[in-house]
Amino acid sequence: MKRALKAEWSKTWTDPGTIWLLAGLVVATLAVSAVTIAATRCPASGCGEDPSKVSLAGIYLGQVITAVLGVLAIGTEYSTGMIRVSLTAVPQRLELLAAKTLVLAGPALLASTLAVGACRLAAWLVLPGHGFTAAHGFELGSAGQWDASFRTVLYLVLITTLSLGVTAVVRDTAVSIGVVLGLLFLFPVLASAIRDQALQRHLEQISPLFAGQDTQATTGLSSLPLSPWPALGVVALWAAGALILGALALHLRDA
Amino acid sequence: MIAAEWLKFRTVRGWVVAVVIALAAVAFLGLTDSQHGSCDVSACTPLLGPGGEPVTDNFYLVGSAATGNGAVTARVSALTSGVRTPRTGNQRVTVPWAKAGIILKASLGQGSAYVAIMVTGTHGVRMQDDFTADIAGPPLKAAWMRLVRSGSTVTGYASADGTAWTKVGTVTLPGFPATVRAGMFVTSPQYTQTSLGVAAVSGEASQSAAAFDDVSMSWPATSLTGTDVGGPSTGPAAGPVAGFTRDGGHYTIAGSGDIAPATDGPSGSGVTLAQTLVGTFLALIILVVIGAMFVTAEYRRGLIRVTFAACPNHGRVLAAKACVTGGTAFAAGLAGAAVAVPLGLRVLRDNGVYLAPVPMLTQIRVIVGTAAVLALCTVLAVAIGLIARRGIAAVTAVIALVVLPYLLAVTTPVIPLDVANWLMRLTPAAAFAVQQTVIQYSQVDEVYAPAYGYWPLPAWGGFAVLLAWTAVALVLATILLNRRDA
Repeated sequence: MKRALKAEWSKTWTDPGTIWLLAGLVVATLAVSAVTIAATRCPASGCGEDPSKVSLAGIYLGQVITAVLGVLAIGTEYSTGMIRVSLTAVPQRLELLAAKTLVLAGPALLASTLAVGACRLAAWLVLPGHGFTAAHGFELGSAGQWDASFRTVLYLVLITTLSLGVTAVVRDTAVSIGVVLGLLFLFPVLASAIRDQALQRHLEQISPLFAGQDTQATTGLSSLPLSPWPALGVVALWAAGALILGALALHLRDA
Repeated sequence: MIAAEWLKFRTVRGWVVAVVIALAAVAFLGLTDSQHGSCDVSACTPLLGPGGEPVTDNFYLVGSAATGNGAVTARVSALTSGVRTPRTGNQRVTVPWAKAGIILKASLGQGSAYVAIMVTGTHGVRMQDDFTADIAGPPLKAAWMRLVRSGSTVTGYASADGTAWTKVGTVTLPGFPATVRAGMFVTSPQYTQTSLGVAAVSGEASQSAAAFDDVSMSWPATSLTGTDVGGPSTGPAAGPVAGFTRDGGHYTIAGSGDIAPATDGPSGSGVTLAQTLVGTFLALIILVVIGAMFVTAEYRRGLIRVTFAACPNHGRVLAAKACVTGGTAFAAGLAGAAVAVPLGLRVLRDNGVYLAPVPMLTQIRVIVGTAAVLALCTVLAVAIGLIARRGIAAVTAVIALVVLPYLLAVTTPVIPLDVANWLMRLTPAAAFAVQQTVIQYSQVDEVYAPAYGYWPLPAWGGFAVLLAWTAVALVLATILLNRRDA
């Protein structure tokens, strides 16, 4: 396992794309969040917005890049044929997948933490001037916000592992990213077109993107389809499901 | 050239199956919802104006019958508005489109033809007729106003002092009956307050009162009677009391409602025709993946060198690939949308869901527009695939440029409304304006947000944005193709 980890580690870091993607994750997330933070005002009559969700609006774009990261981790090996070399070196296929997941999770965790931290910093600097003050009942930097930040970082890492699992099944990078982004983005579009309240709520509960939104929440928790921690659990189930399918596919099929 | 590319396309069974799935997604995904309206079919008939568009027609009228040519003059000296909320009681507010003035109306029935001149809360003097037409007059808060009828032509005048008159406009109302109701009216629309994004919108029924004097009518004077046209409003928004008092030549009239085209904002039904086309997004992702693979698979297998050997003009290869994928996407989208739109309208109506009437030409625009958007997005994926030579880059770029902005602007309440509107002006997602079926009116205050089906650009404008993105990508791809080796 140690050898496999070391091999994956050097494969990951010798690809110049990795560092660009990680940097892109931080920049893209912060950019979208910064625009949203700058444009959001809380009038004296009361805020309808959760400052935590406002400051983390960039996650919508950030998760696209974490998904790409997960797809490329194993997808490029299939497109170049490298996977056969990898499997020759590490014949225990589950060990290979575990090593890939662990090696991928580290940098993803680091970059996600930086991205979320940067968004929080921007919110902390700007939002109080836009009416999100303690007088309105908003405490930026409260324990609830720390929890939400922590959950959001985990959400991004889980999306990476979800993509890794999907790609291990699908093998083609273009199709894999289509499946992952479809899984993320189609639920909300479908839910917005549905009038049946019960069905809409169920869709919101099982959708990984909606669950990700719920993990960011700090206000109005009682009206959410899912409480923040169970919502993170839903995303974890999706990621675990994809990884298990990926492991099965890797185990049963020839490369 | 196109024949060769078409052969390459149709012989990959996975792609053909995927195109069929995309077609089915457009056609049926929006219909799977078992949504049921709260009203049965007969109760759902909307109030329609003379032009066939849905309208609101509630106001308080103090007037009498008027036959033939003549004129009516009155002065509005003050117009005040208020809302009543359970929390704060009566509260004085400025309602921009509160209306007080004089009107000639074909009958007391709702939706009948009319012409009116009025002072408004903040929009000065206005002359409006038949719900959709609106002419701006002098920016006065209190004014003498006059309507002069001559046959089917009515001319409106306004004056700040009662002596020097300015002509505001002349309108022709074909079929305006000989005997109409002439008089003074007051109405006051929903008071809408947008504080943030779409999430924080509050609307309450407002009430306005206006003081009238110096009233004169050239028709044989009969006593003026008051009518609450449309009846007192009922339901949760009820409350404001309508009526009038007379003290010599001075009238004080109170009214609530609006004489305007109906719009569909936060207080509306929230159902648009675009929702029956929700499958467009699944189709889009499928077609974009195919478009990207159609070029990048050739790079991976080295087939691209054979292709370029067969046709040394790289630009023509790109054109042929774009034609084949774009054409296929257009055909699939057209077939899917041509099923979804008429069927969707029917299913919604049978389920008792209220939907504003959609003219046939608009339906055709929605169908053809949806197909064209799918085609252009696929071509965009082909072009980006050639630029990046990697399928994943093409798929990610197109989804991030088209689906993500749509999601942020339409289904996410976190994004402020002005940011959402800018996203829908600049990104290729602007092209989904082709699916807009509701109409924005400048004389109605409404939250015109993409979330309610109102796009900042008209259909052709939004489509042009996507066209521009695709054209730039194609030009860039052609330049790079001619410079690079395969």
